[in-house]
Parts: sequence; structure tokens; C-alpha cells
Amino acid sequence: MGEKVQRREDPRLLTGNGRYLDDLGRGALQAAFVRSPHAHARIVDIDIADAWELDGVEAIYTWEDLPGRVAEPLPVLIPHPAMTHARTGYCLARDEVNHVGEAVVMVVARDRYVAEDACARITVQYDTLPAVVGVARARDGDRLVHDDVPGNVAANLRQEVGDVDTAMAAAPHTLTLELAIERSACMPMEGKGVFARWDADDGSLRLYSSTQTSTGVRAAVAAKLELPLAKVEVVTPDVGGGFGVKIVHPWPEEVLVPWAARNLGRDVKWTEDRREHFVSSAHERGQLQEVTVGFDDDGRLLALDVHFWHDNGAYTPYGIIVPIITATQLLGPYKPGAYRVEFWSLYTNTVLVTPYRGAGRPQGCYAMERTMDAIAEHRGLDRAEVRSRNFIQPDEMPWDHGLMFQDGRPLKYDSGDFPASLAKLKALVGWDDFAAYREQAAREGRRVGLGIGCYVEGTGVGPYEGGHVQVETSGRVNVATGLTTQGQGHQTILAQIVADELGVPFDDVHVTTGDTRRMAYAVGTFASRGAVMSGNAVALAARVVRAKALRIAAEALEVSPDDLDIADGVVSVKGAPGTSIALKTVAVMSNPLRYAFDASAAAATQFAGTFDPDTPPVGDDDEPGLEGQDFYSPTQATFANGMHAAVVETDPVTAEIRILRYCVVHDCGVMVNPMIVEGQVHGGVAQGVGGALYERMVYDEGGQLLNASFMDFLMPYASEVPHIETDHLETPSPLNPLGIKGAGEAGTIPVSAVIASAIEDAEGFPIRSMPISPAELWELRRRHAASDPHPVPVQEDPR
Amino acid sequence: MIPTSFDYVAPTSVDEALSVLAEAGDDAKVLAGGQSLLPILRMRLNAPEKVVDLGRIEALRGVRDGGDHIAIGAMTPYCDIVDDALVREHALLLAKAVETVADPQIRHRGTVGGALVHADPAGDVGAPVLALEATLVVVGPGGERTVAASEFFQDLFETSVGDGELLTEIRIPKHTGWGASYEKFVRVSHQWSIVAVAATVRLDGGSIAEARIGLTNMGSTPLRATAVEQALVGKGASDLAEACSAAAEGTNPPSDLNGDADYRRHLAGVLARRAVQKAMEG
Ligand SMILES: Cc1cc2nc3c(=O)[nH]c(=O)nc-3n(C[C@H](O)[C@H](O)[C@H](O)COP(=O)(O)OP(=O)(O)OC[C@H]3O[C@@H](n4cnc5c(N)ncnc54)[C@H](O)[C@@H]3O)c2cc1C
Repeated sequence: MGEKVQRREDPRLLTGNGRYLDDLGRGALQAAFVRSPHAHARIVDIDIADAWELDGVEAIYTWEDLPGRVAEPLPVLIPHPAMTHARTGYCLARDEVNHVGEAVVMVVARDRYVAEDACARITVQYDTLPAVVGVARARDGDRLVHDDVPGNVAANLRQEVGDVDTAMAAAPHTLTLELAIERSACMPMEGKGVFARWDADDGSLRLYSSTQTSTGVRAAVAAKLELPLAKVEVVTPDVGGGFGVKIVHPWPEEVLVPWAARNLGRDVKWTEDRREHFVSSAHERGQLQEVTVGFDDDGRLLALDVHFWHDNGAYTPYGIIVPIITATQLLGPYKPGAYRVEFWSLYTNTVLVTPYRGAGRPQGCYAMERTMDAIAEHRGLDRAEVRSRNFIQPDEMPWDHGLMFQDGRPLKYDSGDFPASLAKLKALVGWDDFAAYREQAAREGRRVGLGIGCYVEGTGVGPYEGGHVQVETSGRVNVATGLTTQGQGHQTILAQIVADELGVPFDDVHVTTGDTRRMAYAVGTFASRGAVMSGNAVALAARVVRAKALRIAAEALEVSPDDLDIADGVVSVKGAPGTSIALKTVAVMSNPLRYAFDASAAAATQFAGTFDPDTPPVGDDDEPGLEGQDFYSPTQATFANGMHAAVVETDPVTAEIRILRYCVVHDCGVMVNPMIVEGQVHGGVAQGVGGALYERMVYDEGGQLLNASFMDFLMPYASEVPHIETDHLETPSPLNPLGIKGAGEAGTIPVSAVIASAIEDAEGFPIRSMPISPAELWELRRRHAASDPHPVPVQEDPR
Repeated sequence: MIPTSFDYVAPTSVDEALSVLAEAGDDAKVLAGGQSLLPILRMRLNAPEKVVDLGRIEALRGVRDGGDHIAIGAMTPYCDIVDDALVREHALLLAKAVETVADPQIRHRGTVGGALVHADPAGDVGAPVLALEATLVVVGPGGERTVAASEFFQDLFETSVGDGELLTEIRIPKHTGWGASYEKFVRVSHQWSIVAVAATVRLDGGSIAEARIGLTNMGSTPLRATAVEQALVGKGASDLAEACSAAAEGTNPPSDLNGDADYRRHLAGVLARRAVQKAMEG
């Protein structure tokens, strides 16, 4: 623990030896889908006759063909009392489509070529309906996405702590900010994919899915197909990125593909293509926000009143997790005074909205940090100073905000040292020297700005994760946890933890994730919970195994277990290293045998003479095997935090925006592997940069996604991601045995806020809408110049 | 994202290719590097019955010295152009523009001929070819003809190459000793030009004797800014802004996700000045 151990998954993945969904199922039948070209329409007729003419077509399904529970709407995975109007789609559209890309017909054919040819021959007649696109239109409520959802409101939730109206009225200063933040999407390199094998003799299903939750998919598919859970196993192969979109389940295809496999008695596979991913998976981020803040002369918050309107797309399978997180995590490291937040989660005729790395936090952080900058500007105060004056102090931990978090539990920060983090950040970026740098740049005709953003991230939400640890007689240690992995480095960090806890060489430890055959109880990989939940679970399981190993070894060596220690796979008496027994021998002894299949097994057989003839081979309270299992289930989330600063340059004539420096101070408690933490931060910042400067889902009024390809949807390349300077603080979490907090989403959260802050600083006018492109910045300059009575003269091109 | 099925032929000579095309009529499509055609086929925006791959016709590949011009085979891939000694010596502007196309993988497959016939207004090859006053060699059932670059580009994705015809060669008059620069404005590297300006200049003393300016993505075809070219004559490096500010005059640039027409006009003027200044530096 704590060492920068090289990621053991890298050699395999980097040399092309990964095994992703599409690498499986050679020879399987392949599925393709006819998807709606309209954002909102009624289905009048579906003509499949022509498609049947094609050689190699095995099945064509519409909603009419679906039986029983497969024909019912998809589940509302996370119900919430405030979600009065939850709506989900069907596996295949029934009567109505609500976004471009919704699946209408499924074709199964010999291969994907034939399947797509068949799709092209299917004609669906639609009666188009007016589309609801964008938060503003949805909020107007004059057009409805679902006829029976008035005002397009899926949920309306209000939380208040303290008396906001009174505190606001008494505040010496108030400001109101109107803010907008656009949609983006996870865009994993590998899209979704499902491969199903139906064993007709056994009546069982093995399903491979590129998912963030194999246990979730297993339960959902068993329920939909009305199969006993024992007859369904779900395995995740290597997953080429998730970032949130693959936590949603079951996707229609995850139900339809195994259903078709059972129907046809054949292996069936579907691999999502990029265009499908754009229009039929999920997006996130889109919100309009209105923040009113009351503060004193020193910039201290007295009252904060936030309203926001959240675009949840056409359906709400994942509930209102995203806006709840925005509403609660908006507060960051600050004491808000009285706080009221109310949101409306609104339907639009667009792709559904479910968590994307950061999951509502980037929007919340953006609202809060724009507000902090506005207060500083209003009071003529240093922006870092205003933040620092509002910080929750280390001696005020644990800090209970009095709100309910996304897990239905109190929003209570367990630890953190915000003043220390800020001090580190200021030192890292050179906060106090920036004025001089700006002046120097100005003399060269260059425009630069400094931005800052702080956040707190609730990580490692429950309910639980499990760990199973088993020592084989060869000395190999098998570790299983049920959550899935998408490249985070779980194989490495979980092995580090078990190696430390058990006292075995790192190389002997082998980790399996996301396989319901190995661990049937699990939740999934989301909410920066992998290290916290499974890390602690495998540590607890390793402790169980360690205790058992010590007990068996103590009997063999005739000493007390307390006198023993395990190191390098050998149990030895403390202070007497000569008196020892190898852990693999303990494994042999733990499992009395009748049959010898190799030399070590022979040592455990009944005539080997190593056992006490008066006790049964396996004791009353004992089990064979050197293995153990345990679960970690916390009472609440643990709260990590971080602060970012960026130096940005804007071209005075073209309005091109360049990030010159990007600094991160991050505190995720005890770091299991600092290199992996930094990697997570780097990847997160890269996605944050995408969200701040490039990515948006551009829908036209009719609900067509205009940039549904990598030609038009811009993402940062290595060339656009700045060098990231990092520093760490390690404030352990008091809540879990290892003292760790999550780190997966951290890097992404404040980037839009930080870049907006820096551009605002460079330009001298407020930035209220993100992401921002050079063209938009140029337009803003024109508008501000036109309304400014003393416009800055048009600048000469310094280049 | 899978094409409809098609027949594939790979002729080894231009004549053979022409006869295959003549036989197939409208139903054939020529394949060069495939970097534009394959996405089109995969998105099923086009569904030819026959694809005629020019990749095995050696005669269409390579750069040769044609005396007063250099001749570039239509199938010469970008990566060969960038480092070609003849191109760098006599048509530096083309090399500078081609360097900015996409990424190394695409430059390895994509061809100059394919790019010209595809005629995407945001493509980076059209403007330098236009500015360098190239002549394009087109062969068809009726024989060979040459087309001036100024006549070649007709509209969005439309050139004077007809069905059943092939572009075989690009002849560029030698611009030996001319400085050149291609200023491409993009938000992320490997993006198509939002606007780009191709500039090449011949200096006399410290000032411009002749200038050629091409514009990328300022209309439905590559454009030439002849008014700017004329205004630049006699100008020194510190004296370019006014002449260049007229770069967008008479253009009708598109408005899209990366910027509206006004912004593009503004960029054209700025990029023209930057390009000319760099071209003057060599
Ligand atoms: C990710 C990506 C990024 C790109 N970025 C850029 C960029 O930044 N700038 C840029 O300029 N381009 C860019 N391109 C396009 C690239 O330049 C293409 O290679 C080029 O447009 C077409 O060349 P090709 O040889 O691949 O032609 P193909 O795709 O094979 O053919 C294109 C068209 O021309 C026809 N054709 C080809 N050769 C002939 C011929 N000799 N005679 C008659 N007809 C012919 C074909 O029938 C087809 O209609 C990018 C492409 C990709 C995939």
C-alpha cells in the first residue's frame, strides 16, 4: 500500500491482448436495430416483409413479438418519492418514440452485414409529433414529451436548511446569477455490447456484457426473462471505458439479446457502433441554473438560494440521482449560511440523461464557483480569499450540512483540511505572483487569466461490496470482488491491499472482478467507489483468511497465533524466523483430502498421519480451504476534496483559448497507489477539459443530433490536454478500515468552473455559459464592446 | 455502420480502370485512399455496386519533374508529398498544407487526387492547388484533357471530373524559391479546417513581388483572394494588415457548430496576415 506499483493490467491491454465484448462470440448470430429517425412520433406501421427476403435473416422482432415481462417498460432503477412522474421506455418502442435513436425493430441475422441490410429494408411509418428540445422549451411546458406528464416535470425536489428568506432579506449584499451548462457524454472508446449463450439442455444463460454492474444486469435480466437467478450468470470481459453510461441497466439490448438467444437456441451478439452510442445510450450535464446569494462585506455567505432545471432526456431509468447530487454537492467546501435548493427534472425528446463521470457535481461546482467569483468581483476581494473565508474548518469536522445525499443518507463530511489544500494550491500555481505575470504578458500583447475551483466529492456510497480471498496449495492467492472494472487498475490496487494484509508477494495475488460466478453479491462501479468499497471488502476478507492461517499454523507449530506473523507467504514465529511454515502448506492442511492428485495433495490425505485421530477432519465451526469472505458496508459516503487552478491564454484577435498551466491539489485520504490516483486525476481533467472547451450535444429544434460522429463532436486529443501539475494531501477517512476515499471522478468535477473563472479573469467580463468555443468568446467580446461605453480598442494581432 | 455489399476490382492500369468504369456506368465508385469514401459507404450515404480500387496502378503514384512544373500522380499519398524534395523545392505551399491534414495514419492512406475529387470545402488540398495555379489532368473514355484549377472546383463536393473519368495527375508550375505558409484554424488538432489560409510569396528585397492566396472553407469551393494578392505587391512585413483584412471580401462562408459566417470572415483576415507574414519568413 502507498507505493507507485506499476499497473499489472497495462502490458496485456497495451499490446492488444485485451478481450473485449466484440472479441467474443465468433460465429454467433448478430443483432442490429432499426432506430427512430424522429425525436417524437407515433408509429403507424412497420413493414418487415422485404427484410425477410434476405438470405441469412434469422429473426425480426417488434414490440408486438415480445412476451410477458420483456414487453413491459424497463425498470425505474432508483425510485425516489419526489419523482412523481417516472417514465421508462420499452425494449422496443411501443406505439410512440421519444428520441432519435430509440430502438423500434430488432433484426437477428447470420452476421452484422446481413442484419444491417435487413434493417435498411424495413420501413416504419411515423406520424411525427412536435419535439421538446432544450431545458427552456421543456420548462415552458407548452409541448409535452409524455402526454400524461404535465409541464414535462419528472421530479421536483426542494431542500432547505435554515431560513433562507429571512437571511437573504437581512444580507447586506445580494447577487443573482443565471447560468447554463451544456450536454456532453461519456464516450467510452468501446460502446456497449452484449453476447448471450443459451444452454437449452441446462436451461441456463451466460451473458457477457460491457457493463459497470454484472450483478445488476444478472438480476434485471433474470427478472425480465423470468429465469431463476441460479440459471443466469453474467461475466464482464475487458471493458473499454464506462464513465457512467454502463451503470445503467438493463439496456434494452441487454434484455433483447439473451431473449433472442433463448428463442432461437443460438448464440447472439450485439456490438454498439459509434452512431448508435451517440443516439441510443445516454448523455449528461445539461442544466439551467439560477443562483441568488446573500453575503456580508467580507464576502461571507449568509444565504444561498438555488433553482435549477435539469434536462433528463426522454426517460428516467436512473431516477434523479444526477440532480440530487448537483443540489447537495454544489456546497463544496463551504458553509452556505441558510441554504435552499429546488430543482425540476424535465423531460425532453432527447437521449436519456444518466450519470457521467462527476455525475451532477460539475454542474454544482460550476454554480458555486461562479458565485464565489461574482462575490469576489462585487466586493473587490481576492478570489482565493473569499473562498477561504467560507471554508468549513478542519476542527469543525465531521460537518453535517443537514441535507440528504444521493444514497438517502445525511450529507455529512467525514474529514478534510480545506485551508491546507488551498495553501498548497496557491503555492503550486503561484497565486500571489500572478499579477506580475499578467502584466508581463500584457506588455507582450498577450491576454492571460487565472482561474480557481474547489469541490468536495461524496465517494464510496453503499450499500456494500464483498471480497473473497482464497489461498491455493500452490501459494497462488485468488481474490474476487463483484464490482466491474473498466481500466481503473483494480487488478493492481486490490492485489496491493491483499498482499499487504495477508503478507504475501504481490505477484502471487490474482484479482477477478465483475464475474457473478465468483462473487454473486455486488453493486457496481460508479460514484468513485471501487477503492473504498472493494478495497475495504478485500482487506476485510484477507483479514479473515489471515486469522485462519494463523490459527492453523499456530496449532502446527504449537505456539499462540499472537506470536506469529506472515511475510512473503511464510508464517513464522515472531523473533524466531527459523520456526516457520509456508502459507501454501497451511492451505494444504486446511483442506483434508481422500485423493492425492499431486505431491502437496498427498500431504493432506488420510494416511499422511498429520491429523489428530480424535477430532473430525473439519471441525464443527470450521470449513475446508484457506479462504474467506467478508463485506464492507458503510453508514455513509466518505468525502474527498480537491482544488484546481488554471492559467489560460486567450488570443486577443481570434479568441482561441489555450490552457497554459493546470494545477491540481487532491485529497482522497490514504492513497493505495499514488500513480493510479494521479492517472485517475489526469484522465478526469482531460474529460473535464473536453466538457469545458469542446464537447456538447448539438440538437436542432426538431431533436436531431447534429454532431453525432467524431468528425463533429470534438474531444480533446493529447495535444489539447495540458500538462497537469499535481500535489496531494492525505487526510484519512475515519469511516473505513483503510482510511481511503474515492478518486475516480475528482479530476473532472471542477474543470468547467476553473476554465470559466480563468477566461473571465483574462477577459474582464462574466462567463455564464459553458462550454465555450473561440467563436462564442469572440461573440461575447463583440457584445461587451457594443454595450461598453468605453470599449477597449480593437487589439492589434501580436502574432 | 457497415456498407451494403459491392463488387471489388483492382485494375493495374489506367486503361483497364477506365474500361471497368465504362462498363459499370453509374453503379461504380472509384476508391483511392478510402479516407472519405469508406465513411460514406459505412454510413450508407452511397451504395455503389462496384468499387474500383486505384491502389494497384503504380503509374498514378509519385512526383516527377516536368520541366517548368512538377507532376504529382493522383494516387500519391499525403505522407509522400510532405517530405518530397521536388514538392518542397517548387511547391512548398502544398507540403505545408498537407502536413496539417488529419493524423499520420490518415496521411498514410489519403491521396492528393482523392482529396481533390472529393472536394470537401474544408479540405486542405484545394486552396494550395488553386493558389499555385495547378493544372489537373483528367482522363476518360474520350481521352485526356487538362483543367485549370480555377475551373476544377464547381461546388460543394463537385468537380469537373465526370462519371467514368479519372483524375490522373496534378501539374504545379514551379514556384521555386517562394516562401509559403498554411495557417489552419482548428479547435483540436486533427480537426478539419474551420478556416485556413494558404499563402505563398516571392520576395524582391524585403518586400513582396508576387503573392498567391488561397482560402479554405470560406465558401462551397476553395477560393482565391486575388484582391489581397494584388494589394500585397510591394508591401513589407510590417505593412500587411490592411491588404490582408480584405481576405474575406466577396466570400460566402458557412455557419456551423464551430462558428458563424461573421467569425469566419474575421478569421480569414487575421489568418491571411499571419500566413503572409510567415510565408515571408521562408
Ligand atoms: C479522421 C479523418 C480526418 C480527416 N481530416 C482531414 C483534414 O484535416 N483535412 C483534409 O483535407 N482532409 C481530412 N480528411 C480527409 C482526407 O484528406 C481524405 O483522405 C481525402 O479527402 C480523400 O482522399 P482519399 O485518397 O482517401 O480518397 P477516397 O476516400 O478514396 O475518395 C474520395 C472521393 O474521390 C473519388 N476519387 C478518388 N480518387 C479519384 C481519382 N483519381 N479520380 C476520380 N475520382 C477519384 C472517390 O470515388 C471518392 O468519391 C480526414 C479524413 C478522416 C477519416
